[in-house]
Amino acid sequence: MAVAEPTQATPERIPTVVMDSLHIVYRVYGAGTGKGNAPTALHRILTRRTAPTIREIHAVRGVSLTAYRGEAIGIIGKNGSGKSTLLQAIAGLLPPEQGQVYTDGQPSLLGVNAVLMNQLTGERNVVLGCLAMGMSPDEVQAKYNEIVDFAGIGDFISLPMRTYSSGMAARLRFAIAAAKTHEVLLIDEALATGDVEFRRKSEQRIKELREAAGTVFLVSHGVDIIRHTCNRAIWLDAGLIKMDGDVNEVVDAYEAQYSTKAPAQAGVY
Amino acid sequence: MSDTVISDVMREVRMPDRTASGSTSAAEFAERYGLDRSGARPSILSYLGQLWTRRHFIRAFATAKTLSLYTTARLGQVWQVLTPLLNVAVYYLIFGVLFNTRRGTPNFIAFLVIGVFVFTYTQRAVLVGSKAISDNLGLIRALHFPRASLPLALTLVELQQLGISMGVLAVIVLATGESVTLNWLLVVPALALQTLFNVGFSLAVARFGARVTDVSQLLPFLFRTWLYLSGVFYEIKKFTTNAPDWVAFLMKVNPAAVYIEVVRDALLATHTAVPHAWLLATAWALLACVVGFVYFWQAEEKYGRG
Repeated sequence: MAVAEPTQATPERIPTVVMDSLHIVYRVYGAGTGKGNAPTALHRILTRRTAPTIREIHAVRGVSLTAYRGEAIGIIGKNGSGKSTLLQAIAGLLPPEQGQVYTDGQPSLLGVNAVLMNQLTGERNVVLGCLAMGMSPDEVQAKYNEIVDFAGIGDFISLPMRTYSSGMAARLRFAIAAAKTHEVLLIDEALATGDVEFRRKSEQRIKELREAAGTVFLVSHGVDIIRHTCNRAIWLDAGLIKMDGDVNEVVDAYEAQYSTKAPAQAGVY
Repeated sequence: MSDTVISDVMREVRMPDRTASGSTSAAEFAERYGLDRSGARPSILSYLGQLWTRRHFIRAFATAKTLSLYTTARLGQVWQVLTPLLNVAVYYLIFGVLFNTRRGTPNFIAFLVIGVFVFTYTQRAVLVGSKAISDNLGLIRALHFPRASLPLALTLVELQQLGISMGVLAVIVLATGESVTLNWLLVVPALALQTLFNVGFSLAVARFGARVTDVSQLLPFLFRTWLYLSGVFYEIKKFTTNAPDWVAFLMKVNPAAVYIEVVRDALLATHTAVPHAWLLATAWALLACVVGFVYFWQAEEKYGRG
């Protein structure tokens, strides 16, 4: 990537993600009724009336942040605080209602329900995933063994993915996504279902990606994995940044708040 | 909005470069470092280029889809042939025998089989196209690739299916007393044009189906109507002798009827296509391809959202 050389004396930090007071509103269709039968659907299309059951959710309410190369940013916050929405916005999957997101290259979002093709074997999913990321067949051949070894799911690689446990599927997905060097990699709870060995491997891989001048965003409720892998943390609360800074400071503050309030909050979420 | 107070404070903390250089906007700041707007739509030419680089993905996806298509049925791939044949049997019984549309049509069985197989190709390509986006949301949200790859790959699946159907078709046509002629070679350009038409149609429906999920519920009805109007089990010219000119005209330029006509023209010695059938087949293919592709591309950044 050609980037203009800095003129300042301070060590240059190259931004990879810039967002400016970002607002995300998303609409949920069909909250309540099903698709309806053909005549009602036809009527709805002809009258250009939108489905009666659309609900708008203002999930991100003005977030500004700049992420730099070599950063691993942990995003923490309660359920429903807008963490996953923020990642989807960075990935360009949700249109901003207001504000804009600028990124270096195309960010890749790795989510817990990022299904590849369940009917197909792990082997075929590896090949398909790599081709979809834009690798050539030769590159796929070269990376194939590395990916399968990294996933470490043994003989299951030749079975359809629908037979996998959630942890095994997560391992394979992460292995495929991590095979390519991304400028920006977004991980949404995708490591949560892995076992201890896999977490250690994936933490190592995240560090490597960071060192390869990428930026990693990690959404997780496991504060330990954030402490281990990230150097910066953002605490989101009700769609706003409550705190942004060094990972230990932010995680400490987050834990301090909820260790005292936890019993009272338990019924809410 | 009062909420933004906090984020304004954050911006000053996290963007020292900007406060140093005055009131640079986020857009200029991003541009200085060569950052792009996330999820922005590429130009149509670079989009075509991206599609070309994903050609291996498209092929692999199509093969994978074919393999997984009938994994849950006990007879497996046999259904690829059995389904259209059973359809032919039903239409033969209802229309050919009960309504007696076979009278006066030489080699009615071959006539009917060609009609059903060719129509089924377009029907299936468009039906799977309408669900190309909604059925693959996981893939779309997980990985970044030009989304047109999906409808393209799914049309390719149907083309592979058609290959098998054509083998069966050849056997039936020969068994009903036709003989192999050089004319048979015309099947290749005819189906190539139909494939272009299907690709364009399926791209357009894919965009529409991604936004209005009710489309996949409605399409079967529209297609059944289209099937009845397309001269699959009757000869259009016999039914339009007393109809107004514009009705006859519309029925003849109807793309499904056109593609059926050109294939019949190629395979059946007793059948001659309507005038200008090849011209119409080419025109429909180009029109559908261009319109469908542009229409699909215009919403590229919106797929997978919501």
